[in-house]
Amino acid sequence: MSALAMQVALVGNPNCGKTALFNRLTGSRQKVANYAGVTVERKAGVVRTPSGRSVQLLDLPGAYSLAATSPDEAITRDICLGQMAGEARPDLLVCVADATNLRLHLRFVLEVRALGLPMVLALNMCDAAAKRGIVIDRARLERELGVPVVETIAVRADGAAALLRQIDGPLPPLPAATAPADLHAEVRRLLALAVTVPRRTGEVDDALDRWALHPVFGLALLAVVMFLIFQAVFSWSAPLQDGIDAGVTALADYLKSVLPDNTLRSLLVDGMLVGTGSVVVFLPQILLLFLFILVLEESGYLPRAAFLLDRLMVGAGLTGRSFIPLLSSFACAVPGIMAARTIQDPRDRLATILVAPLMTCSARLPVYALLIGAFIPEQTIAGIFNLQGLVLFALYVAGIVSALLVAYAMKLIRSDSIEHALLLELPSYRVPHVTDVMIGLWERASVFLKRVGGIILTLTVLLWFLSTYPTAPADFAGPAIDYSYAGRIGKALEAVFAPIGFNWQICIALIPGLAAREVAVSSLATVYAVSATGDAAAGQLLPLIAAQWSLATALSLIVWYVFAPQCVSTLAVIRRETRSWKIVGIATFYLFALAYGASFLTFRIVSALT
Amino acid sequence: MEQRLRDLPLRIDAIVERVEDATVPDPIADRLRDLGFVSGEPVRLVARGPLGGDPLVVQIGYTRFALRRAEAARVFVRMAA
Repeated sequence: MSALAMQVALVGNPNCGKTALFNRLTGSRQKVANYAGVTVERKAGVVRTPSGRSVQLLDLPGAYSLAATSPDEAITRDICLGQMAGEARPDLLVCVADATNLRLHLRFVLEVRALGLPMVLALNMCDAAAKRGIVIDRARLERELGVPVVETIAVRADGAAALLRQIDGPLPPLPAATAPADLHAEVRRLLALAVTVPRRTGEVDDALDRWALHPVFGLALLAVVMFLIFQAVFSWSAPLQDGIDAGVTALADYLKSVLPDNTLRSLLVDGMLVGTGSVVVFLPQILLLFLFILVLEESGYLPRAAFLLDRLMVGAGLTGRSFIPLLSSFACAVPGIMAARTIQDPRDRLATILVAPLMTCSARLPVYALLIGAFIPEQTIAGIFNLQGLVLFALYVAGIVSALLVAYAMKLIRSDSIEHALLLELPSYRVPHVTDVMIGLWERASVFLKRVGGIILTLTVLLWFLSTYPTAPADFAGPAIDYSYAGRIGKALEAVFAPIGFNWQICIALIPGLAAREVAVSSLATVYAVSATGDAAAGQLLPLIAAQWSLATALSLIVWYVFAPQCVSTLAVIRRETRSWKIVGIATFYLFALAYGASFLTFRIVSALT
Repeated sequence: MEQRLRDLPLRIDAIVERVEDATVPDPIADRLRDLGFVSGEPVRLVARGPLGGDPLVVQIGYTRFALRRAEAARVFVRMAA
């Protein structure tokens, strides 16, 4: 063998518990990246065997067949065949099969066996199989298949010990490379010889699915689950967000007190620190939402939700699978667009990516809160509803409805006669495992911070530059930001935005808002604080705009925020995920057009009425 | 009596007869066969979607899949005796 570490790859059907097994084997020693040239996740890690050797372990995307029908499956096929540029062909394949689902998984095992690579079969979830009374004659299966068979329990700390010993030993001999003519017949033969199954389905699954998939109770349950998630995401994260906010402010004040007042301090504090803070402050919400999504994913509920909503989504030109990406987009469109990878159909995936920015992300909330607080009276409607709350709710609904309408319009424009399949597996229900959820959470959080952090930091520095330079001469009469590039751009933009009721202060605030929507609030504070005749502080912004703006202008700005692609990170992620500037152009154009049109109508109608 | 899977009553045991190609070639039919929709496999409908009975949840072998009606129309079954 070469001096390089042995390459081992995990292959198997989706939902075979492969990733849990990978987590158990590699622990925290894993690296997540993309395969070159595609947006398929590449998970690699290092395993230490009992004898102290290091083994490179690759977690290949789940596949039902080597006759690939998705980019994920193509990657798995190409790596197994040694045809993937930049990836070594594995020295050993560990084929993972769910012991409770051998009827389906053994067929793929037979396909993999015919590849002519040394392989081991890991019978995963042996505990669940035993609980259901499934008896597997391991030795018999090993003999009939001609490859070593080990039992694993991915959710138990020592559940992979037998597999580790097998990897540590000498490579198993090459299996007989011939594939049987009829894979299904061979699977049946193997099952008859080596497996006893008392009942085809899990009793728990049957019982839960009676309720979870029920046309009425199922939808009601889904609504309750969604409501609880939103409630938790917004109420539990509030104290954490306040804490982060206070911490950033304290740090900024401290730095201002110890550093000399010069350009460097301004760049560090006003540019970089505040910019980073505006990203980090959303982390609690995003992490909480991810946590819920991961738990739902691990438990097996999410595909059921996709089933319940599929018909509605198809009507709008999406797919049930769009549910998860769109749900994530309520925290932030960036992870939502990345989650669209799970949609195999290219048309459905593109439609999902294009409408994801219409979901009301949490960065819009500070803007909504300010405008609603300033312009919508606090009164009770019908005895129980708060008018301000109703308006906020309406804004969420507006986002969802417009997403469905836009997807529907896209479906009409790109009408094709090709059938787009659902073919979605509903795996057995499982109790989520803490370690796996935590590893998943860590992965998603770090990917999010990498994607968004860099962009926002760069942009905030750029925007800091625009709103600081050129510095106003001492005899300049107006506020300093007025003299800067940002001020000049804002004034120039006023001509464009005057028809929808925006004054130049709003136009200036829109520019820094490109980095992150909520920055628009602090920018407005800056613009008004420095331009007001009195010493109006940022905290007094609310009564200030309430007095100075017309209701039409305020509503027009709210509507603008429902649609406008006011977030460069989102556009950057669309570019990254679709590898197409054209798609970015389409997204930007249609969102701006919608925003402008809707704001124009709002401004004109409200102006006429008031 | 042979009938389409999508017309099967809920929770009635049936046996797959064949999967018919709707187009030539038909990647969806091929994938259905890969997923275990082959002659002789026990199959049953577990649930119908809340809107218009679409999609369907089908138990094939030990596995559950959600299939749209158009997908399930390719599968012909015979009620178990």
